[in-house]
Amino acid sequence: MTKATSDIEDLIDLMARLPGLGPRSARRAVLHLIKKRGPLLTPLAEAMARVGTTARECLNCGNVGTADICDICNSEKRANGQICVVEDVADLWAMERAAVFKGRYHVLGGTLSALDDIGPEDLRIPKLKSRVASEGVTEVILALGATVDGQTTAHYIADELAGVSVTSLAQGVPVGGELDYLDDGTITAALNARKQF
Amino acid sequence: MALAPIGVMALDARMIEWREEGAVLRVRKHGENAVILDVLTEGHGRVAGVVRGGTGRKLSAILQPGAQLDVTWKARLEEHLGAFTVEPIRSRAAQSMGGRLALAGLNAVTGLLCFALPEREAHPPLYGRSVQLLDLLGQDELWPLGYLRWELALLEELGFGLDLSSCAVTGATEGLVYVSPKSGRAVSRTGAGEWADRLLPLPPVLLRQGAASTADILEALTVTGHFLEHHLAASLGDKPVPEARARLLDLLRRSA
Repeated sequence: MTKATSDIEDLIDLMARLPGLGPRSARRAVLHLIKKRGPLLTPLAEAMARVGTTARECLNCGNVGTADICDICNSEKRANGQICVVEDVADLWAMERAAVFKGRYHVLGGTLSALDDIGPEDLRIPKLKSRVASEGVTEVILALGATVDGQTTAHYIADELAGVSVTSLAQGVPVGGELDYLDDGTITAALNARKQF
Repeated sequence: MALAPIGVMALDARMIEWREEGAVLRVRKHGENAVILDVLTEGHGRVAGVVRGGTGRKLSAILQPGAQLDVTWKARLEEHLGAFTVEPIRSRAAQSMGGRLALAGLNAVTGLLCFALPEREAHPPLYGRSVQLLDLLGQDELWPLGYLRWELALLEELGFGLDLSSCAVTGATEGLVYVSPKSGRAVSRTGAGEWADRLLPLPPVLLRQGAASTADILEALTVTGHFLEHHLAASLGDKPVPEARARLLDLLRRSA
């Protein structure tokens, strides 16, 4: 294998490690990038190099940004007394896509799991407690997964945050969902959380 | 001469397959889309296998700890990890996620089963008791006593059962107030003599007597905890008893 071919093979190997890509799709993507070198490959490589040097975790909430404190934590408009607790940065981004929540976030970095030996000290729960005390928080919204680990974490946090209102996202029928296709756990949760029509 | 290899190939090509009902104990992510599922079945014990597409929207709702599933396990060889295909029978998610005691209880039961049971060793009586206990989730007034009885059954099944029928020293069946921390046998006040301070107290609830208040149950769980920690865990290479059990006891203590 020549040096040139080896560089391209290295790139394919690296691309194949990305989520959603295998060796075949990595090969296609690399070939496409090479064909679109000017408009795509070079700007992509430059952007990746920039992000590689600047990307970091927000010291306050755990969001990913390019500064020590992220834009959401820096914005005075977002200081409305509400903190939304999410498991992961992907969940924070999902909440931001909905553009409904106007407060600040706190990324835990996972959920408690007895079987995987993940305890409270492995998550950002102590930091959440200090933020609640120091940022004048009036409501903590627990936006954790409707899973056993997610709800175990939610109960643990609720116990730890005495003296502040703790709420959680509703569970039930998703938008566009048909009852016939829902599992019985979701139907039971939805029925338990029914409201006056 | 030519027939032998063909016969072996045919045998190799045959998949090992069985189908059974089981309760989900643990779900671990495997790669991007798959999960490794641990289920407790009556005929095959605790079995692990891959569920392809297990992280998808449809399957992840089904694959929650405590759920009762119809599982089909397939592998080319017995020693392979194998793959599951699953059909839901009943979800216990709504009952278990409804309250903190139910959640803590579910975590303790699944944690202890994963901790204590070796893979692929059938324990039909324990399976039956575990499914009964999981069906009680959400009934907070019944659950703690059910859990205590289940822990006793777990110890019994794994060879560390308590014998509380008579005094280990005198043979008396009345006045039993202690348990030997070594043998797990009951001891009467007379039989204990000067050894009383080295014995564990025997709460009446373990003899199926008394009101079975939360405080009584907690006292009894301290006794079962001793045998879980010092006998069962020691036999498993001194692995620590899952933290989920301590969290359940902490919750019960706060509600007592």
